[in-house]
Amino acid sequence: MSLFRVMDIASTGMSAESVRLNTTASNIANANSVSSSYDATYKARHPVFAAEMQRATEAQSQGSGVQVLGIVESQKPLQIEYSPGHPMADSNGYIYKPNVNVVEEMADMMSASKSYETNVQLADTTKRIFRRVLQLGQGQ
Amino acid sequence: MAISLDKLTGFHSRAMQVRTDTMEVISGNLANANTPGYKARGVDFQKAMQSANQDRQQNMTRTHEKHFEGAMQSQASIEFRVPLQPDTGDGNTVEVQAERNAFLENGMRYQASIQFLNGKIKGMKKALAGGQSG
Repeated sequence: MSLFRVMDIASTGMSAESVRLNTTASNIANANSVSSSYDATYKARHPVFAAEMQRATEAQSQGSGVQVLGIVESQKPLQIEYSPGHPMADSNGYIYKPNVNVVEEMADMMSASKSYETNVQLADTTKRIFRRVLQLGQGQ
Repeated sequence: MAISLDKLTGFHSRAMQVRTDTMEVISGNLANANTPGYKARGVDFQKAMQSANQDRQQNMTRTHEKHFEGAMQSQASIEFRVPLQPDTGDGNTVEVQAERNAFLENGMRYQASIQFLNGKIKGMKKALAGGQSG
């Protein structure tokens, strides 16, 4: 029964979007995590989405879900600040701030939560249709 | 004269099958609304219905357990959508609003098919009971 596949696909969408919300939360929470070396500094993380073509072929389904291929760290340069009085400053008096763009992250969060909602509504509509199918032929 | 259940419900059940396929395709589009490079697809209902009416029984028979299950589903009716906005920056052509509307419309038509089927079943029940209630 392929109505279940619709539910499956909607749930892959939900889990992918929740990974995206997760990384966004982590990025915003760490936006001000200062450290004293380039390597130890937090770098913005973003998930990479891809269509689940392989599983769609195996299940002989018409639509394909979404999967998270991995999470990549942003390669943007970090903000290096000269602040000798800071407790985390290195021997030259520099501190390293993450390359998180808070405005970008907020926009990303809105997009992710909207997409999550869309997938929930999809599953909900499918459920209602399913119920109608189950009631087929009942009553007088 | 035998009662042909296929004649009674056949058309609507096939229409419902096509509607379910459409639902799957649209839900795939919506799940991939943020996937870079994903191209939105849609089902041509007319073509899908034609092929569903023509080749109902094309499943291959398995004579050995190692044979593949050859359930044939024609993919010919699935086509890429032409987006209104050609370049979104990441090669994704899903238009969420359009897809949501398409899903809604498809769902309504699915429910219409259910309604028709319900009517047919009711009629058949009435005929079987000879017009008596109960």
